[in-house]
Amino acid sequence: MKFSIQVNEGPYQKQASDTAYQFAKAAIAAGHEIFRIFFYHDGVNNATKLAVPPQDDRHIPKLWSELSKEHNLDLVVCIAAAQRRGMMDADEAKRQGFEDNNLIEGFRISGLGQLIEAGIESDRLVVFGA
Amino acid sequence: MAVKKFMYVNRKAPYGTVYALESLEVVLIGAAFDQDVSLAFIGDGVYELTKGQDTKAIGQKNFSPVYSALGDYDVNKIYVEKESLEERGLTLDDLQHLVWEDEDEDYAEKDSIRLVSRAELADVMSEQEIILSF
Repeated sequence: MKFSIQVNEGPYQKQASDTAYQFAKAAIAAGHEIFRIFFYHDGVNNATKLAVPPQDDRHIPKLWSELSKEHNLDLVVCIAAAQRRGMMDADEAKRQGFEDNNLIEGFRISGLGQLIEAGIESDRLVVFGA
Repeated sequence: MAVKKFMYVNRKAPYGTVYALESLEVVLIGAAFDQDVSLAFIGDGVYELTKGQDTKAIGQKNFSPVYSALGDYDVNKIYVEKESLEERGLTLDDLQHLVWEDEDEDYAEKDSIRLVSRAELADVMSEQEIILSF
């Protein structure tokens, strides 16, 4: 089956992102396709490269980043939600006059249309959080 | 592109959390995709449609006027759950009068809001293909 996933909560404060990650891993292991994972609301904070959690805890942004690399996943951060929350890629950082960006490898920033498209193109859109 | 039945379910008060505002943003962008779109307002979500909102004292933008533009985006199936209104002491008169213009009937103005019972809304939901809940 072709899945898309929407993640609506940031890392750590709620379990939604962890659960979405476990779901994605399990779906891939079971032979399903992940069309796209879309990060909305505070979910955009999962894409930060500046998180430094304690060493004995999981590193949620890095887990997503590695999963993306391993399975060539399309991780999309909503630009409207990202701009509000200070999450930006290199191009946007430059455009806004910031010295650096804070997007971890494996994520890209794009519009809400990507969420609608994911709904249209996938057999199931599974929403985590909120 | 395939046309699917999308329903946006709004469950939260307009302020206090960002969900109502960011739900509206998805609806407006999604309107460009020519899908079969419905909105549902249940629970505290019914407050999103109340008229006369004034946000000055909380220092936030009053985005409620945007709902009246939904008709222009061909978003004209707006389900409001009757029980949710009643539980909060509200009636339809407390909500904005949302309308759309029917091109097929010489742009006749029609009501967008459909007042439905909890059971009726459950039936409408069960017909949907994509449900996004905010």
